Amino acid sequence: MTGAPDDRTLTETGLAPGRNGRILLIACGALAREILDLRAANGWTHLDLTCLPAKLHLYPEKITAAVEETVEKHRADYDGIFVVYADCGTGGLLAEKCRALGVEMVAGPHCYAFFEGNDRFAEHAETEIAAFYLTDFLVRQFDAFVWKPMGLDRHPELRDMLFGNYEKLVYQAQTEDPALDAKARDCALRLGLAYERRFTGYGDLKGALARL
Amino acid sequence: MADEEDIILSELDDEELVLQMHDDLYDGLKEEIEEGVNILLGRDWAPYDVLTKALVAGMTIVGADFRDGILFVPEVLLAANAMKAGMAILKPLLAETGAPKVGKMVIGTVKGDIHDIGKNLVGMMMEGAGFEVVDLGINNPVEKYLEALEREEADILGMSALLTTTMPYMKVVIDTLKEKGMRENYIVLVGGAPLNEEFGRAIGADAYCRDAAVAVQTAKDFIARKHNKLGAG
Repeated sequence: MTGAPDDRTLTETGLAPGRNGRILLIACGALAREILDLRAANGWTHLDLTCLPAKLHLYPEKITAAVEETVEKHRADYDGIFVVYADCGTGGLLAEKCRALGVEMVAGPHCYAFFEGNDRFAEHAETEIAAFYLTDFLVRQFDAFVWKPMGLDRHPELRDMLFGNYEKLVYQAQTEDPALDAKARDCALRLGLAYERRFTGYGDLKGALARL
Repeated sequence: MADEEDIILSELDDEELVLQMHDDLYDGLKEEIEEGVNILLGRDWAPYDVLTKALVAGMTIVGADFRDGILFVPEVLLAANAMKAGMAILKPLLAETGAPKVGKMVIGTVKGDIHDIGKNLVGMMMEGAGFEVVDLGINNPVEKYLEALEREEADILGMSALLTTTMPYMKVVIDTLKEKGMRENYIVLVGGAPLNEEFGRAIGADAYCRDAAVAVQTAKDFIARKHNKLGAG
């Protein structure tokens, strides 16, 4: 992992730009580590990164306005801007806004779709409707993103109302990390779901950034 | 909200008890709601009045605070559980006492989607508002919606989706209704977190409803218009 702030900071406040590249990536805080790892591994020094707080995902209706504000704030300082969000529950509004702003964004419905590869994800979408997906970030931040916001720390009796229709938890691993695998398995146990680990690496994210 | 410790529900007068039930609903206190419902019924309240004045009015406060970001999903679910417990007592009595029937709704989450929290809240609030609700559950293909609409002679179709990938299926259902010449027979309401008004218009729904309270009001408005139209005809 290369220079990312801790997960709590990425969840609550995000990441300010480093002012060290000509193209600015505006990303979800949940993707910061992966993007910085890819940048370091591939020598993409022309890419700068700023992240919005990952907790925006708890309120998808706020994502579009937050991205727009960040694009407007920084566009004069860079040759180009690329938005590293998928649709993320905005119902097409983020894509529409990006088009209006003249900036591109990552294709796909969610990060867990582009990490697996959007085409591959779409292929099994119909047969895997009862899967609850976690990425590396979401496994690490399971309590902050799932357990507490869903009230399960205070009201465990809500578990089946919230997750009763799910059958399995799929941990989409971006990295080989036995500790995360064990934690993801525990998350599945806590939710009462079967467990599956699926190594995805960075999926479509790598290709999307490589083109910039 | 309130300090419950010293409150004995049966000692409160009707007005105080109803307000206390609003508080208890807000706090998701299922047993207190059941007790309150039974006390009011014991005081010869009509079941329909208990439903509307104690439960629906209380749940409306919960809905408004959810919309305004004061309450969150867990609290709403607890309140819904409490209301459901109260309604379970009232339902058979409402059937006996001939409470007003506003209309009939078939509701379900679309194919490919298993999320039902929003749908369940809408169904419950619609029932509370006097609608008969036929809940098709989750992952519904178009055939299931159409079959239920015809079988139940419904007035309203409600469709729900939580995923960006599944919400376009609502258009499949509406287009099929059009193809079969059935579209004009039903009021079509859609809802779910990633939806918006523009999407509702684009797919040919009658309305997008952002929450359960809006769904109830919209359904009532459309039913009233339908009746006016029939009256005028």
